[in-house]
Amino acid sequence: MTSIRCRAQTFEAEHPEEFLMNVLLILPILIPMLTAVLALLLQKSRSTQRAVSSIGAWTLFAAAAWLVVDVWRNGIQAAQMGNWPAPYGITLVADLFSAVMVLLAGIIAAAVGMYSLVSVDAQREEFGYHSLYHFLLMGVCGAFLTGDLFNLYVWFEVMLMASFVLMALGGERGQMEGAIKYVTLNLISSALFLSALGLLYAIAGTLNMADLAYKFSDVSASQHPGLMTTLAILFMLAFGIKAAVFPLFFWLPASYHTPPVAVSALFAGLLTKVGVYALIRVFTLIFLQDVGYTHSLILVIAGLTMVSGVLGAVAQYDFRRLLSFHIISQIGYALMGLGIFTASALGGAVFFIFHVSIAKASLFLVSGVAQRLYRTCDLKRLGGLYQTQPMLAALFLVSAMSLAGIPPFSGFFAKLGLVKAGLDTGQHVIVAVALGVSLLTLFSMLKIWGEAFWKPIPDQSGTTGGLSGVRLSNWLFPIAILSAISVVLGLGAGPAFNFALQAGEQLMDPSLYIQAVLGGAP
Amino acid sequence: MEVILAFVIGGLFALAIYMLLRRSLVKLLIGLALLSHAANLLIFTAAKLTRGRPPVIGMETAALEPPFADPLPQALILTAIVISFGVMAFALALAFRAYRSVGTDDLDQMQSTDV
Repeated sequence: MTSIRCRAQTFEAEHPEEFLMNVLLILPILIPMLTAVLALLLQKSRSTQRAVSSIGAWTLFAAAAWLVVDVWRNGIQAAQMGNWPAPYGITLVADLFSAVMVLLAGIIAAAVGMYSLVSVDAQREEFGYHSLYHFLLMGVCGAFLTGDLFNLYVWFEVMLMASFVLMALGGERGQMEGAIKYVTLNLISSALFLSALGLLYAIAGTLNMADLAYKFSDVSASQHPGLMTTLAILFMLAFGIKAAVFPLFFWLPASYHTPPVAVSALFAGLLTKVGVYALIRVFTLIFLQDVGYTHSLILVIAGLTMVSGVLGAVAQYDFRRLLSFHIISQIGYALMGLGIFTASALGGAVFFIFHVSIAKASLFLVSGVAQRLYRTCDLKRLGGLYQTQPMLAALFLVSAMSLAGIPPFSGFFAKLGLVKAGLDTGQHVIVAVALGVSLLTLFSMLKIWGEAFWKPIPDQSGTTGGLSGVRLSNWLFPIAILSAISVVLGLGAGPAFNFALQAGEQLMDPSLYIQAVLGGAP
Repeated sequence: MEVILAFVIGGLFALAIYMLLRRSLVKLLIGLALLSHAANLLIFTAAKLTRGRPPVIGMETAALEPPFADPLPQALILTAIVISFGVMAFALALAFRAYRSVGTDDLDQMQSTDV
């Protein structure tokens, strides 16, 4: 507490630490931007482009790790861009949750970046795959770090624009159809977000998140209780479409399996999580006027999201479509933490988001290897991978068991935290739903295992051609990194969970955030 | 003035949603364009309309006197317009490519990526 106040005050006094703080906060946005621009300039030379892209991704990871360490040691960090004081200028803020999300972006960027080097075809690379990849990361990191709602909208658009092109790049028929749905739904969501921003500005006269939190905590929404709830629902709709929650998720399974696997993995790991991040941020900081209504609604949506996602997955027979439905189901767990709304539940949600992004990206990368070997993602035509690729099978098993929540892996502890928080607050229904959905998750993971790995190679001539003698170590290495993180998170669950709990406590106490941004007495 | 604009915005939203629900790809795009116009006008109107009072400090006065037009919503709208311009350009190109590769502009025919 005191350390935060000190940090905020040093801001006014010229202090060398201030510069370092500013740099730390802006690096996760600056690095992808420079990488993207450089990759764009080097478009003629494919090999330099690939080198620049890899270096950029790893540098982003290093900067993100540095940011996490700094926020862990010194509390919430804030920087005012262009030195305009807080409610007027654009603020960048990193609390533990933001910092962890940026680290997640760094990890996914590095691993999927490595995988794209071997899996993305030369034509896509020549059309600027690498610069789009880093523009997307810039938007994602910007959204995680910004402390201003309109700025969040702008970062969303940066991210969406890059993702639109990545989705459509290549121009296959499936990609075009997927992209149309993806673009339309995301633009509707942006328009809703923009309308909500306009109304919120009309009520509060500010869009700085800390300033909004401060103003609404003071008046306690006595002025416009009805309008505030309407606005809360508008934000929930806008972010809910991006996060793919229950009635708004149909664009996701219609589009996520169409682009190259590396793009799917990047989207699965990061894009919907940005929607969840925005939901958690807004509903822990700004819309706390009617927690009984809004957060109960979130809890109901969380349960429905889990169930509908997993039921969709169980019915699928395509590797990547099955995984796409699982993304939806897992979003429900993250929202469950927000709906229960205690420090330990939010901590559980933070841990869960981190774990699930890594496990999900890893599973998508595995599906890419299967597609590379068999030229299809249809589970009925896959088979015998356990025999021919035992290493791939082991890596799949780690991520799949982690996703289902089997003890030694990270997913078990993530779900344990959420379930325990649910039991502590007496939310028995959502706990029962969460546990039931876990069983169905295990069932559908075992379905993939049985079909793609365990069953004998289907004797259709042509599909098995090229199975032997394919060197896959370049494909497997990124998957191994992600699986290793999953295992380490599971084995070191104690410290990791402690970290997540700290993040949850920060989220539950908006005054810390307000103080870090606006200083001692706003 | 606010009342008139409120009806205009409501009408624009209604039209946009009607267009979004049509089967034709081009009408979908028109719907998206209308939607962003409606959102921009909403920001403009919600922040209160003040006529003839620009937020400029005159030669004689030292500070702004209260009834003046808020410049921030207009800056927000300007940003949003630029973004929606870029997005619409992309969406048009995408729609054209989709039309070429699918061979129809009927959204009901674009179901190969659904179940």
